[in-house]
Amino acid sequence: MSDNGYIVGSNLEKALKAGYFVATGELGPPQSADRHEIEHKAKFLKGIVESVNITDCQTAVVRMSSISVAVILLELGIEPNIQMTCRDRNRIAIQSDLLGAYALGCRNLLCLTGDHQTFGNHPQSKNVHDLDSISLLQMCRDMRDKKIFQCGEPIKGQEPRFFLGAAANPFADPFEFRPYRLGKKVAAGADFIQTQLIFNVPKFQEFMRRVVDLGLHEKVYILAGVGPIKSLAAAQYMATKVPGMEVDPEYIERMKNATKGLPSLAEIKNMPPQEAAEARRLRKEASEAEGIRICVEIINECKKIEGVHGVHIMAIEWEEAVDQIVRQAQIGPKYDPARQSATLQTD
Amino acid sequence: MIVAQQKPLEEIMGMIANAEKVLILGCGTCVTVCFAGGEKEVAILASQLRMATRLAGHEKEIREFTVQRQCEYEYNEQAADYVRDADLIVSLACGIGVQTMNEQFPEKLTVPGLNTSGLSQPTEQGVWEERCQACGDCILALTGGLCPIARCAKSLLNGPCGGSQRGICEVYAERQTPCVWDQIYHRLKDLGQLEKLMEIRPPKNWHTSRDGGQRKIVREDLRL
Ligand code: SF4
Ligand code: SF4
Repeated sequence: MSDNGYIVGSNLEKALKAGYFVATGELGPPQSADRHEIEHKAKFLKGIVESVNITDCQTAVVRMSSISVAVILLELGIEPNIQMTCRDRNRIAIQSDLLGAYALGCRNLLCLTGDHQTFGNHPQSKNVHDLDSISLLQMCRDMRDKKIFQCGEPIKGQEPRFFLGAAANPFADPFEFRPYRLGKKVAAGADFIQTQLIFNVPKFQEFMRRVVDLGLHEKVYILAGVGPIKSLAAAQYMATKVPGMEVDPEYIERMKNATKGLPSLAEIKNMPPQEAAEARRLRKEASEAEGIRICVEIINECKKIEGVHGVHIMAIEWEEAVDQIVRQAQIGPKYDPARQSATLQTD
Repeated sequence: MIVAQQKPLEEIMGMIANAEKVLILGCGTCVTVCFAGGEKEVAILASQLRMATRLAGHEKEIREFTVQRQCEYEYNEQAADYVRDADLIVSLACGIGVQTMNEQFPEKLTVPGLNTSGLSQPTEQGVWEERCQACGDCILALTGGLCPIARCAKSLLNGPCGGSQRGICEVYAERQTPCVWDQIYHRLKDLGQLEKLMEIRPPKNWHTSRDGGQRKIVREDLRL
């Protein structure tokens, strides 16, 4: 811990330590070298969340590297939370990248195992997995607190200091082991946890009860993963196609009902072009509004759960929605009434 | 045991394209047991190649022989006459057999007729499941006797990843491969040894695996 009582002193750490119900966001890097796409998405996240996660080639699809996007966000005045997976790098590459990331100004780091490469666009690539998320956390903590590399050699000079995050999936199996796995991550060095997207609140509540029983909520900040559903098709996709996800049928029903009374897709097919476009727009608006409403409801539920310190909002490819969500939920640096009186000091 | 699968006929045809006299050389050990390269498979491949080369306009001279263990010089000696007469040898042994033949008979090229695909257990008639990756530092005592190096798609050491659902691995879920970490969890629970799963496993020392360079065992006590 440094002199000021913070481990690292990132905005995220400060807001959590201050006891606010925080909100973090997420940005998926482009599948190109296009900087403008990042600037465009970043616009929607600036000033309304504590920090922004930058995925590390999520679903194993090649994208701009997390650390380079982080540097762009820093230039834009947004605090990044870099994600690092064990899929593509061995311990040499990871440590090397982290030395660089710290030197470039990154202060938050989410340690992940990573989606398997068979999910992505290079299924023929070699599988690294030299470390796993837990040994990765331990290595990062030791680099920070013991000033040593994984091999045990001392870091002569500035050590990379990150506020360390880990993921937890309350919906994966075996369910009864999941709180213990979270405990392992805490023991390995996690300062904060971001969970998988929650679309089954009762199950998450049960998970949190067990986490609280283990006393873990006093050792780590837990951010519940939430996100807006854009359409019925998206809800159905998440329910059936995304590994480790669970969607309460009630939400699928609500997304179905959101467009009730509006022309169906079959009816739209037979409409003249202009009328069809208008009908499509209405359907889209209705779906999106319902998706955001569900997301805000889930956030409000999470606020009441003991041990939950905030939410991690994943609105990848729909960053525009985040402002509405945090505004309606009254959370984050801009809309949390508790934050209006106190201004956070930043390093 | 070592398991292997025969390469597609087309690929084998390509490898023998420039040869007149071809020897198909089987192996009587692992690949016989997994029905990939024993005497019977040698006979089938040989007749397929005779027919295919005839149909292609020029029937090649295809001969057959099977040794008891192609990874040892002593057994391969018995095939020496066949090797001498052939332009090319198609080995139906594992990759070790193919290399032993090339080393022992350097004047002739031996090509692989099989793809060697794992250290597996026959779990049902006609089914072989990978069980070991020969990592050189066996951890089965920690995992209730189930190997996460070979059987977890990510070779994790600290428990199931977030994609494990209903006991099935997230990787190629349609194959319904059991998540070995789910199995390890239940096995350790049954054994009353769940505490083993609560301990943090540090990064594995992959040096004993292929990552440390080609491995060699020397047993002084056995050397002549
Ligand atoms: S731990 Fe290593 S040696 Fe043991 S079964 Fe697994 S791969 Fe084989
Ligand atoms: S689902 Fe299980 S076997 Fe598959 S990668 Fe995850 S932990 Fe490994």
